[in-house]
Amino acid sequence: MNTASVSLGASVSSQSRFMQLALAAFLGIFVMGFVGFSHIDAVHNAAHDYRHSMAFPCH
Amino acid sequence: MNLFRNVVFIAAIAGLVAGVILACMQAYATVPLILKAEVYEQAGGGHKHDHAAAPAAADTTAMSTAAPAGNAMSTAAPAPAEVTAPAKDEGWAPADGFERFAFSVLANIVTGIGFALILVAVSEFAGGIGNWRQGVFWGLAGFAVFTLAPGLGLPPELPAMPAADLLPRQIWWWATVAATAAGLGLIAFRKSLPLAILAVALIVAPHIVGAPQPDSFETAIPEGLHHQFVVAVTVTNLVFWLVLGAVVGVVRGRFTGTATSLRDSFA
Repeated sequence: MNTASVSLGASVSSQSRFMQLALAAFLGIFVMGFVGFSHIDAVHNAAHDYRHSMAFPCH
Repeated sequence: MNLFRNVVFIAAIAGLVAGVILACMQAYATVPLILKAEVYEQAGGGHKHDHAAAPAAADTTAMSTAAPAGNAMSTAAPAPAEVTAPAKDEGWAPADGFERFAFSVLANIVTGIGFALILVAVSEFAGGIGNWRQGVFWGLAGFAVFTLAPGLGLPPELPAMPAADLLPRQIWWWATVAATAAGLGLIAFRKSLPLAILAVALIVAPHIVGAPQPDSFETAIPEGLHHQFVVAVTVTNLVFWLVLGAVVGVVRGRFTGTATSLRDSFA
């Protein structure tokens, strides 16, 4: 890991790099979207205090 | 998928640390205010109805919602029928006390990792967060994008407060986050005056369009309680984002072994 490269996974091609980073970002958006914005009642109720505390639109 | 694995690993650690800290802050700063507001919510029999019609139903509703362990939250349905609908119609809910707290902690950690995934992925496009100090600045940006900007149009709300329909608010929230992030990105990474002007326009635009607002702001919640809540939410989120960014910087620094200057990565 302690090579000259300073970025994560610098050896991969730029296209692969873009895809992997985009995938990670979409995974993050999906996760917080599901917990914070899902209309499923059980999910809403479980994360209710969290949604209010994050100022996510709730109810 | 080496890069993807590293991003997920860094995000998991940062999200876990920042999520646990945020959950602790919420337990002291915001959740007690939510519980206070729920007393008003149950006394008023819900929050999305005409308050003038409430008193007749309030007594029975308070009786029916106070007893079960449910949170007595109402769904997005604006139907006045929910005034008399007991909480059990709203599906499963964690029992008050430890179970409810545990699910809040879980939500904090899971979404903390979600925020961290977004933060790490986006910052890698710009060269990566080299150390904890750069992380603090990235955290400030995350705070501005995810808390400040949407919070201007849609301030943190307590249970029992009136609000517009859920879906339009959620759409406005995401659009504001996207526009603010794009604007900040243009300012930070493009040395161009026209693009900087475009960035300001992007940041301002959602607020000119305006967030969906309720027909009436009338609420049983005292204004002092709400103001306290807005401050608590904003400050706890600020600390969350600063911690998240800083931890990403520290963990990533361990990965790469060297700290790169953020300035080197500016386009």
